[in-house]
Amino acid sequence: MSQVTRRELFPGVWLRAVHTDKFKSAYLSLTLLCPLDKDTAGPNALIPAVLRRGTAVHPDMESLSAALDELYGGAIEPVVRKKGETQCVGFVASFLDDAYTLKGEKILESAAALLGEILLNPYTQDGCFCPDYTAGEKQNLIDRIRSQINDKRTYATQRLVQEMCQYEAFGVDKLGSEESVAAVTPQSLWQRYQQLLRQAAVEVYYCGSADADRVEAALRSALAPLENGGERSVPDCQVRLTAGPEPLMATEELDVTQGKLALGFRTGGQTCWEESYPALTMMNAIFGGTTLSKLFLNVREKLSLCYYASSSLEKQKGLVLVSSGIEFEKFDTAKNEILAQLDAIRRGEIEPWELEGARRTLIGGHLATLDDQGRQEEFWLGQAVAGLDTTIEELCAQFETVTAEQVAQSAQKLELDTIYFLKGKEG
Amino acid sequence: MEKLEFSQVGERMYKEKLPNGLTVFVFPKPEFQKGYAFFATNYGGMDMHFCLDGEWHDTPAGVAHFLEHKMFDTKEGNALQDLAANGASPNAFTSSAITGYYFESTEKFEENLRILLSFVSVPWFTPESVDKEQGIIGQEIGMIEDDPEWKVFMNLMAALYQNHPIRVSVAGSVESISHITADTLYACHKAFYDPANMVLCVAGPVEAEHICQVAKEILPKEAGPIAAKDYGPQESTRAAKALVEEKMEVSTPIFQLGYKGDALPQGEERLRSQLVGELALEVLLGNSSPLYAKLYRQGLINRNFSYGCESYPGCFFLCAGGESKDPEAVREAIAQEAGRIGRDGVDGKLWERVKKGVYGNKVRGLNSFENLCVGQAQAFFAGYDFLDFAALFASITKKEAEEMIVSWVTQERTALSVVRPKEG
Repeated sequence: MSQVTRRELFPGVWLRAVHTDKFKSAYLSLTLLCPLDKDTAGPNALIPAVLRRGTAVHPDMESLSAALDELYGGAIEPVVRKKGETQCVGFVASFLDDAYTLKGEKILESAAALLGEILLNPYTQDGCFCPDYTAGEKQNLIDRIRSQINDKRTYATQRLVQEMCQYEAFGVDKLGSEESVAAVTPQSLWQRYQQLLRQAAVEVYYCGSADADRVEAALRSALAPLENGGERSVPDCQVRLTAGPEPLMATEELDVTQGKLALGFRTGGQTCWEESYPALTMMNAIFGGTTLSKLFLNVREKLSLCYYASSSLEKQKGLVLVSSGIEFEKFDTAKNEILAQLDAIRRGEIEPWELEGARRTLIGGHLATLDDQGRQEEFWLGQAVAGLDTTIEELCAQFETVTAEQVAQSAQKLELDTIYFLKGKEG
Repeated sequence: MEKLEFSQVGERMYKEKLPNGLTVFVFPKPEFQKGYAFFATNYGGMDMHFCLDGEWHDTPAGVAHFLEHKMFDTKEGNALQDLAANGASPNAFTSSAITGYYFESTEKFEENLRILLSFVSVPWFTPESVDKEQGIIGQEIGMIEDDPEWKVFMNLMAALYQNHPIRVSVAGSVESISHITADTLYACHKAFYDPANMVLCVAGPVEAEHICQVAKEILPKEAGPIAAKDYGPQESTRAAKALVEEKMEVSTPIFQLGYKGDALPQGEERLRSQLVGELALEVLLGNSSPLYAKLYRQGLINRNFSYGCESYPGCFFLCAGGESKDPEAVREAIAQEAGRIGRDGVDGKLWERVKKGVYGNKVRGLNSFENLCVGQAQAFFAGYDFLDFAALFASITKKEAEEMIVSWVTQERTALSVVRPKEG
């Protein structure tokens, strides 16, 4: 069985270590927790990409790749994520576990050192990031921001959130805006980087066959310069309890053949910090979270109103987001039917197979997380940002006891806040 | 029951051939929560021309994929929902060579396995349900034809090959699937879904004996005849066309380069060539090759650049692609680098390093039950065991990779497919 520990490496720098023999690889991630903010999101997102281009010791990608090959083809990838109103920027790394090296080499220490080198000892010119790498990665990030519109399904949800939370930090995209990225200079990025190293809370994750003491020693040595930081604090998340008196309506026209309808609900203060969280999660699963859900079986399959229809839960911010693909002229029917399905849950019209199906799917999905290092990392990072210590097994036990009545009560608190509709251009 | 140990990579595999001809592979993983089952037939999109009971059949493009969609229908309802109600995540896919059905579950694994084996082996089609599916798959075809990544790859296949059925879309076309009837589906199910033409691979906290027992109970008791397949005459090694271009809604040009290889025999030799191909790509244009760094620096490729080596019966090729403002320049740079390798050889240190990297990546990939089970199913149909790579890997020489680069990365074997943005 695996053993999960949590230790403070330096003030504000935490290690979550999962000790297990069941994987062929060791997984290591390092994340700087930054408050989500429209002015800094772009530069923050750029930092790991520029850092990954080269270090003082390995000044270009070729020499970094060579160093990774020596570690049996390890991977260190820059990553930007959004958890509640926290922008998580850093690296995820995966290496061959020591048990499977051909000559018995120990990889963890070298891997941790390389990760530390990439974060803390970048390739510089004139005392800051090199103009060449900065310009190249700026262009890559801008291309990535621009290409978000290519996937209309994700784009619709992103636009919904942007409209719904326009006066809240949550409305900011994890990659920031094109303008804020374009304005970056090697000097301004360097200042931002120095600031983050001093102020951001740091979350380190390890999963593999090394015990926590060995992991702690390897990371203390690799991340030693982080010992001297300032006050590192984990960002907050503001929760709005209610929607406005009337739902906000946003419509956009693009050259598309399929319409996208997205609905955003406030959960009335139900979040991962509340006792009602297991019921809220079950409610979302029954509403639109699985292939047994009301949205999938009724709106999609039975009534053929949508090409797809599903709902997702933002557990920190307290939002339920519905996403669907429809024909343009089905806007009213589809919207009304989605709301009718929610009303059915509010009235407690939940069949035993719906309740049990949702419960089994949720529990199955959570337990399967224990079999996947990446998904486990994602879970623990979410817990770290939320300041929670609940384990996957404990959550599963909570799902076991949720009743249909609690699910109905949870649905009753949902308030429709914003409707977003993406349709084709006229003519 | 046969027990195979692959101690170098910490794996153990049980193998049993049942009296009905089905081969079962089990990877016991007592320390895991979930179990994964993959049930596949050696039948895919390219198997359109075949002989059963002495009679040759020509079937429309897209039958294997259509069949995959319809197999979930049961007399009582739909197997997808039955599996989901048990907390399982089921799905299926059709490739050019195989069709596979699978699920993952942490609870009720045996019950879910019974459902899987049963719905795949018992066909249930009606003219009405076939009609309805024609509409659904028609929409799916419309969606993939709008997908530039798919388009650029299919165009590459059509450029590399003159007549091999790898050129044909697995899903078929709206026109080709309009010829599919319930009778076509029953006939193809009979021809290819016999246990003797199938494989079952399971990984998870399970016992091998027990898995075989369940399979014996659910599946037909005896083996039936298996259809003989035909892919047409052996292709020459010359690419049919050097360049194919198309315009679509993309923000930058995307491209795929293909290098046509020699078709491979079954068995270990095939695995060996596959490994040589992977290593050849790494030293020629892989992430730690000198060429990759140069192209990235010049802004000719970005992080989307990817590459692979693909083998199917009757065809084997190397490919590489991604986004580029100038795909022709990428093609030229690779050709030049291949020429340089021909003259100077591959740097010895680079070779050792890359070999270590590729090996580690392959071993890390074994974390995934899907990778393990799908990999073993494909390997079984190709005549070897997936995990044989671990022992074979050390014996692959630099010379083999150099020879492949020199003889394959040539002008006459190269095809380039580009999808460019629409103007204005």
